[in-house]
Amino acid sequence: MPTRNPENAGAAPVASDGGLDARLVVDRGSFRLDLALTAAPGDVVALLGPNGAGKTTALRALAGLAPLTEGHLRLDGADLRRTAPEARPVGVVFQDYLLFPHLTALDNVAFGPRCRGAGKAEARARAAGWLDRMGLAEHAGSKPRHLSGGQAQRVALARALATHPRLLLLDEPLAALDARTRLEVRAQLRRHLAAFEAVAVLVTHDPLDAMVLADRLMVVEQGRLVQQGSPSDIARHPRTEYIAQLVGLNLYRGRADGHTVRLDAGPAVHTTEDLSGPAFVAFAPGAVTLHRERPTGSSARNLWRCSVAGLESHGDQIRVELTGELPLTADLTTAAAADLDLHQGMTVWAALKATQTHAYPA
Amino acid sequence: MSIRRATPRKTRPRAPGRGVPPALLLPALLGLAFLLVPLLALLLRAPWRSLPEQLTSPQVWEALRLSLVCATTATALSLVVGVPLAWLLARTDFPGRGLVRALVTLPLVLPPVVGGVALLLALGRNGVVGQWLDAWFGITLPFTTTGVVLAETFVAMPFLVISVEGTLRAADPRYEEAATTLGASRFTAFRRVTLPLIAPGVAAGAVLAWARALGEFGATITFAGNFPGRTQTMPLAVYLALQSDPAAAIALSLVLLAVSIAVLAGLRDRWMRAV
Repeated sequence: MPTRNPENAGAAPVASDGGLDARLVVDRGSFRLDLALTAAPGDVVALLGPNGAGKTTALRALAGLAPLTEGHLRLDGADLRRTAPEARPVGVVFQDYLLFPHLTALDNVAFGPRCRGAGKAEARARAAGWLDRMGLAEHAGSKPRHLSGGQAQRVALARALATHPRLLLLDEPLAALDARTRLEVRAQLRRHLAAFEAVAVLVTHDPLDAMVLADRLMVVEQGRLVQQGSPSDIARHPRTEYIAQLVGLNLYRGRADGHTVRLDAGPAVHTTEDLSGPAFVAFAPGAVTLHRERPTGSSARNLWRCSVAGLESHGDQIRVELTGELPLTADLTTAAAADLDLHQGMTVWAALKATQTHAYPA
Repeated sequence: MSIRRATPRKTRPRAPGRGVPPALLLPALLGLAFLLVPLLALLLRAPWRSLPEQLTSPQVWEALRLSLVCATTATALSLVVGVPLAWLLARTDFPGRGLVRALVTLPLVLPPVVGGVALLLALGRNGVVGQWLDAWFGITLPFTTTGVVLAETFVAMPFLVISVEGTLRAADPRYEEAATTLGASRFTAFRRVTLPLIAPGVAAGAVLAWARALGEFGATITFAGNFPGRTQTMPLAVYLALQSDPAAAIALSLVLLAVSIAVLAGLRDRWMRAV
């Protein structure tokens, strides 16, 4: 079993003969998906994006369930566009699993091997092996409606893997689960994906799922790739508002000149990086401090006059939405918020150390 | 999950303090009486004493046996071609699909006698198709038991097609997609996934078609005639008996009534509650 290659994880590998090499163009009314996608065997790629971004369309195109308008689709060197959907070496875990309700878990998993030519006994033996591997041996005879969400998810995964696909597609694999089950299933899924020797592509709108499960993230918005890279890279250097919000950062675009970035939104931000030209600046809401009066002895080089637009409890923190010179989000401890006696509409000074900002070329 | 038997509904809470207006209640009761009184009359005037004798006469048995055989064969025939036709209408898109659908349902509203005439023109000895069947294979369909089956199929199949098509449309087509990704051809997906999922709808459509075939009169007598033992089904026998032996007609009617009630009982899950 080839191990995954973490050094390479951030970059899009060039698939030569092995792996996936695709450019998916699908026109659907006024919506157009145009996505280039390459992955080496063993890669787990997550398509991350808001609802309606075209992620599921991309998955359906890979599976052959939605025809390509243009582009190409090669898997392990073979042209999948010339392959009928039922003949593609592709396994799909659907969002709501779509386990056949009239078949037992065992027969659901045996369905694929059976369709691909295995005899009844052999298909069932293989299915039993997969269920065993998923820790579901005692549920082999259960109908899907008697399975819990987590069990159904594993049966769906076993069913997809039982045909030995060279491309595994997972559509929002954890979306149908409640929070507690999700945690457990996510860990299991991570193990199975790490052990999977071919290409896996998963679609999710949950950044945590994407970051835990995938070694490369492709951020899709409005049918286009807006950013790709390793989870940590994306989390640290978001390039769109959507990602910044997902990973909980304040993100601004501007023009860098030395240690200052003049923002498109107005004010300048002092940073430690030395850049020039178009740049992003990002900082965490927790790095911002708030003051009732203009701070005098502060070492923070960035200071903006803002007003409180909203307050929201966020775990053990208070999240403060600010408008004014620079619209931003700040996280305070409950005690700090109480000391400030924060309320909507009041004027505060937001301070931020240059060392707490992060600037990178746009 | 799209296909599941309707679970019994809880009775709706009645709006408090609101009676039924007489303008609605009176016509409603009149309508109910109109539907029930004839059936009641059938039971009241039934020759209960001579009934065992009536029902054991060979003529009744012959007609009943023929009716059951023909209706069942017509239902089987409807299933074999009707289910694929329903699939075609529900799952594929082709030019003129709306028109085809309308034509399929036409026999539902067409007077059965007209259907019989049309069958004669198509499959009669000199019919559009029938002349070739006669010339090439020596097959004659009118006035045979096969003719009865064809007449009944013509009238009953649309019920099955409409019922199955409705069930197919309500079924989630993504199960077929899931089957496709597992390597199933479209036919395999239909056979191993879709058909089991829509089985309740197919069964209901089949019962409906069977009941319609059993009661078929107009198309049968026009296309197949009225020969005892060959083409004389129960409804034909009832009509004929009414002219000569009313007691026998009533007895035969009671048998058909019993069959109808049995069908209704079999369908009660789907219909009696589907209000």
